[in-house]
Amino acid sequence: MSSRTFSTGGIHPDAKKLTSAKAIEPALLPEQAVFPLSQHIGAPSVPCVNKGDKVLVGTLIAKPAGQMSACIHSSVSGTVARIDSVTDSSGQRRPAIFIDVEGDEWEPSIDRSDSLVVNVNMAKDVIIDRIRDAGIVGMGGACFPTHVKLCPPSGCKIDTLIINAVECEPYLTADHSLMLDSPDQIIVGIRILMKTLDVESAVIGIEENKADAIELLRGKVRMVSGIEVMPLAMKYPQGGEKQLIEAVTGRRVPPPPALPASVGCVVVNVGTAFAVYEAVAKNKPLIERVVTVTGDSVSNPCNLKVRLGTSVGRLIDQAGGLPQDTSKIIAGGPMMGRPLLGTDVPVVKGTSGVLILSGKLAARKEERNCIRCAKCVEACPMGLEPYKIATAGELGNWNVAEESWVMSCIECGCCQSTCPSRRPLLDWVRLAKNNVGRIIRERQSGK
Amino acid sequence: MSQKLLISTAPHIHCGDTIERNMHLVILALLPALIASFIIFGIGALVVTVTSVVSCMLFEWLISRFLLKREKCTLGDGSAVITGLLLAFNLPSGMPLYQIVMGSLVAIGIGKMVFGGLGNNPFNPALVGRVFMLISFPSRMTSWPVPHQMMAYSDAVTAATPLGLVGYQNDSLPSYLDMFLGNTGGSLGETCALALLIGFAILLAFKVISWHIPVTIMLTVAVLTGIMWLVNPSVYVDPLTHLLSGGLMLGSIFMATDYVTSPMTHKGMVWYGIGIGFLTVVIRLFGSYPEGMSFAILIMNAIVPLINNWCRPKHFGETAK
Amino acid sequence: MSSILMSVLVLGVTGLFVGLALFAVARKFSVDENPKVKQIEDMLPGANCGGCGYPGCAGFAKACVNSDSMDGLMCTVCDKEVMQRIADLTGHSIDSVSKRTALVRCNGSCENRPSLNRYDGARSCAAAALQNGGETGCSYGCIGFGDCVSVCGFDAIHMNPETGLPAVDQEKCTGCGLCAGKCPKNILEIANIKDSRNRRVYVSCVSRDKGPIAKNACKVACIGCGKCVSACAYDAIAVENSLAYVDQDKCRLCRKCESACPQHSIIALNFTQRTDVLPSSIQQNE
Repeated sequence: MSSRTFSTGGIHPDAKKLTSAKAIEPALLPEQAVFPLSQHIGAPSVPCVNKGDKVLVGTLIAKPAGQMSACIHSSVSGTVARIDSVTDSSGQRRPAIFIDVEGDEWEPSIDRSDSLVVNVNMAKDVIIDRIRDAGIVGMGGACFPTHVKLCPPSGCKIDTLIINAVECEPYLTADHSLMLDSPDQIIVGIRILMKTLDVESAVIGIEENKADAIELLRGKVRMVSGIEVMPLAMKYPQGGEKQLIEAVTGRRVPPPPALPASVGCVVVNVGTAFAVYEAVAKNKPLIERVVTVTGDSVSNPCNLKVRLGTSVGRLIDQAGGLPQDTSKIIAGGPMMGRPLLGTDVPVVKGTSGVLILSGKLAARKEERNCIRCAKCVEACPMGLEPYKIATAGELGNWNVAEESWVMSCIECGCCQSTCPSRRPLLDWVRLAKNNVGRIIRERQSGK
Repeated sequence: MSQKLLISTAPHIHCGDTIERNMHLVILALLPALIASFIIFGIGALVVTVTSVVSCMLFEWLISRFLLKREKCTLGDGSAVITGLLLAFNLPSGMPLYQIVMGSLVAIGIGKMVFGGLGNNPFNPALVGRVFMLISFPSRMTSWPVPHQMMAYSDAVTAATPLGLVGYQNDSLPSYLDMFLGNTGGSLGETCALALLIGFAILLAFKVISWHIPVTIMLTVAVLTGIMWLVNPSVYVDPLTHLLSGGLMLGSIFMATDYVTSPMTHKGMVWYGIGIGFLTVVIRLFGSYPEGMSFAILIMNAIVPLINNWCRPKHFGETAK
Repeated sequence: MSSILMSVLVLGVTGLFVGLALFAVARKFSVDENPKVKQIEDMLPGANCGGCGYPGCAGFAKACVNSDSMDGLMCTVCDKEVMQRIADLTGHSIDSVSKRTALVRCNGSCENRPSLNRYDGARSCAAAALQNGGETGCSYGCIGFGDCVSVCGFDAIHMNPETGLPAVDQEKCTGCGLCAGKCPKNILEIANIKDSRNRRVYVSCVSRDKGPIAKNACKVACIGCGKCVSACAYDAIAVENSLAYVDQDKCRLCRKCESACPQHSIIALNFTQRTDVLPSSIQQNE
C-alpha cells in the first residue's frame, strides 16, 4: 500500500541524511552569546536588560513588542556586554544583545531534573501564558509565535492537531534525532497541546525514511488515546503546512486569507511540541535547540543540542572545522535555508541546521532561455505557474504576478530546483511577492 | 578558507537537470527510428539525415555568431541537431541536397532564430522547414522511394505511400505488419512505428515528456477515423491503418511534444492533443493533402498561448469552478 | 456584366452602411477634449518617462489644463521656456522652475569597498537587496547590477565597469527620477541644479552604520563624525544616524566641508580647480 502524501506538485530531492543515525550531542558553551531581537515574525522584541547586568540561564532579556512578538531568554549566565547590531541569517544588520559567558548558572525556577512529568494539571490559560512567557515560536523555521497559534480565531472549530515530524528538507535530521532522543517528552508535549486546543485527536506525520522514529513513537502512543503516528510517502515539500494538512487529513486549505484553522487543523512542529513540554512541565524557557551540522565535506557531521546565541562557526568547529572547499554556508536546509555571509552568525530559535555546501554543488549554473518545458508548473505544490510569475517579476509586471496568485507561493524552491534552464525562478518570484505584498498593504491601508 | 562565500538565495541544490540532458535524451529516443530508416531506405536516408543535421547546425552557428552577434553560441544545447533530425525524418530519402539545405535554413532561420532562438519560437522549427519544402518543392516532397533500394539516391524508384492509396486503392494497402515495421514508402523516419514507439518509451522512462500529448492525439485520431470507418468502410480505412501510416506516430511523439511550442499544463496538453488529432483527421479525410499532421501541429502551435491562458493549473485549495 | 454590377452594389451598400454606423458611433461616443491638452502635449517631449508623476505626457498635459495653478506640475525633462509656454497657455504663472539631475550617493567602488562574498542569484539590484545588502560589508551602498541603467529612458546613466558604480551623464540626465525610484538602496538623489556648471557638493555615502562598521566596510564611508557640520557656515549639513547629509538647497558651494571630511566622503563635483579629488563615480562634464 502506498502511503499518503499531498496531491499537487512536489519533487523528490536526494535526501542525503548524513546524520540520521547520530544521537544528539551537547554543544560546547559559547564564550559570548548573541541574541538577535528579531528571532520570530512580528515586531522585534524590546530589551529589558542593560549593559553590565548579570544574567542567569533562563533570565528574560527581551520582552515582546506586541501580540505577534515573543520573549527572548538568555541561554547562558554572565554579563550583558553590549546591545549592538549583528549580521543575522537574513544578511541584514539587526539589533542584538551580546552576553559574555561566565560559568553556567541557571535560574532556580527551572526544573533541571531528568524525571518525566507525565500529568500536567493546569488550566488552558495558564498553559498558554507559560508558552508565551517561555518565548516559544515555531521551531521548523517559520518562527510563528506558538501562543498565537494556540488561540485560533473564534468561529474556527479545531478538531485535529497535526504534529509536523516530516523533516522533508534534505540533510536535516534535527527533528529525527529529537524524536529518537526524547519520545516520551514529545508525547507529553502533544498531550499538553491537545488539551490547550481542546481537540480529541492528534496525528504525528512522519516521512517513511525515518522508520526507526515511526516504530519508536508507535510503541509509545499505543497506550495514549487520540494520538496516531502516520507514515507519509517521501515528497518535498511535505513539511509545508498546507501540504501536510492535505497529506494527513485530505483537506485543502483555501487560498489566503484562509488559515489552517479554517479547515479545523493546527500544525505544530515536533521540536515545538518538545519545547512546549519543557516550558510547561519543567518551567524551562526556549534557550536551546537541536541543530544539525552537516555537509558532504564536513568531517564529523552531527546533531548538536545548542544554546541559542552560539555562533555558527563554533558549531562548525565542533563538527570538524570548516572544510577547505567550502563555498556556501546555509542556515537551515538546502531547499529553503538562508545563505550566511560569514560564520559569526548566531543560532536563533528557527535554526534547524547548518549546512556546508562545497565547490561545484553550491554554485549556480549559467542561466538560459526558458524552454517552456513546464517542469516548474508540474513541480509547484501550490498549483502556480512559476515561469509566468518569474517573468512578471523580472519585468516588474506586478499586476500579472498578483493575478497569478503570487501571494500563495510558499517559497519551497521546487520550481527553481527543477528548472533545466537554471533560471533563478524563485529569486524573481520572491521579488514579485515582496512587491505585490507591499501593493496589497498599501491598497488596504488606503481604504 | 580560500574563496569567498556564495550568497545566492534558496534553493541551494538543483536536481541536475539541464537543457542539454533533455535534448540529448530526445536524440537518443530518435536513434531507433534513425537506424530503422537506414535499414529501410539505405544510403539515401544517411545522405538526407547528414545533410539536414549538418546544415541546421551550421545555420544556427552562423546566425547566432554573425547576425545576432552573440558571444556564446547555443549550438551545444542540441536543439539544432534535433531540428535537423526531425526535418530529415519528414523528408523522402531522394531529396536533392540543395533543397534540404534550403529547408534547414528556413527551419533554423525563420522557424527559430528570428524569434530569438530556443525558447522563443512559436512554431516547431522542423515543421516550418518541412511545410516550406512541401509548398516549394511539392513533386519532390511527394515522390516516395520504395523501401530497400540500399544504394539508390536520386534514381530510386518511387511509389505511393499508404495514405496516398487511401480512397483510391484501399485493397492494395500494405499489411499492418509491414506498416508497423516500416516496410512502406514514406518519409525517412515516419514509416517504422515500432522504432518510434521505442523512442516514446525512452522519453517516458526518462521523464522527458509526459504521455498526455501523444496519447490524446492517437486516441482522437483512432476515435474519429473509427466513427468514419463504421459509417462507410468502403471509402474510409480503419483506424489502425491511420495510426500506423503517415507521420502520425512521428508527429505525435516527437513534433507535437516539443517543449517550446506545446502547452504548459496537462489539461492544456490534452486539449492540444485533441485539437491536433481532430485537425489531422479532417485534413486526411476531407483535405486535398493525403497527410495532415504537420499542418495540424502548426495550427495548434499557434493556439498554444491561448490554451495556456484557458488551462491554468488548479491553484491549491481553490474550489473547482 | 450583371455579376460585376452585383458585387459592386453589394460591397458599395455594405460599405455605406458600415460607414454610416461608424459615423453615428463616433458622434454618439465622442469625447469633448479641451484643445489645449493636445497643444500642451505637442510641446512636451513625448518620452512618457513619468518623471512628473503623471502617467505619461498626455496625463501631464491633462493635469496642466485641469488644475488651478502650476504648483507641483513640472516636466523635469523640459527646460524653463517650455514650462513658461505651457503656463502662458493655461493662464497660470510659474515661480521657480529649475532643472534637476541625479546624484549617485555612493563611492563604494571595487577598490574602496572590497567584496566579501559572491552573489550568484538573479542579476537585479532589487532581487539581491531582498536577501542581503549585496556582496560587500556595507548593506546600504550600491549593489551594482544596474537596475537604474535599465530603467533610464534617456541613456543618461551607465555602469562604470572599473568602479562597479553607476555614473550619471550630467548632459543627458533630465532629473526625471525613474532611477531614484528604482534603486532599492535609495542611493540616487534628484536635486535642483544650482548653477550653469551644475556644481555640487554632496555626501557620497548613504551608510547609516556606526562609524567603525562603516569604515571597516568601505574606505570612503561617512562615519558621522560631524566635522563637516561644524565646518559649514550655512547650516546646510546635518548628521543623523551616523550619516551626514548636505541640503542641496542650502549649500552655497563653499567646499569647506570637503576638506574637513576625514573620510573623503564629501565630493565636490564640476568645480574647475582642485579636480584631483574628483570621485570615480562621476563622469566629468567637459
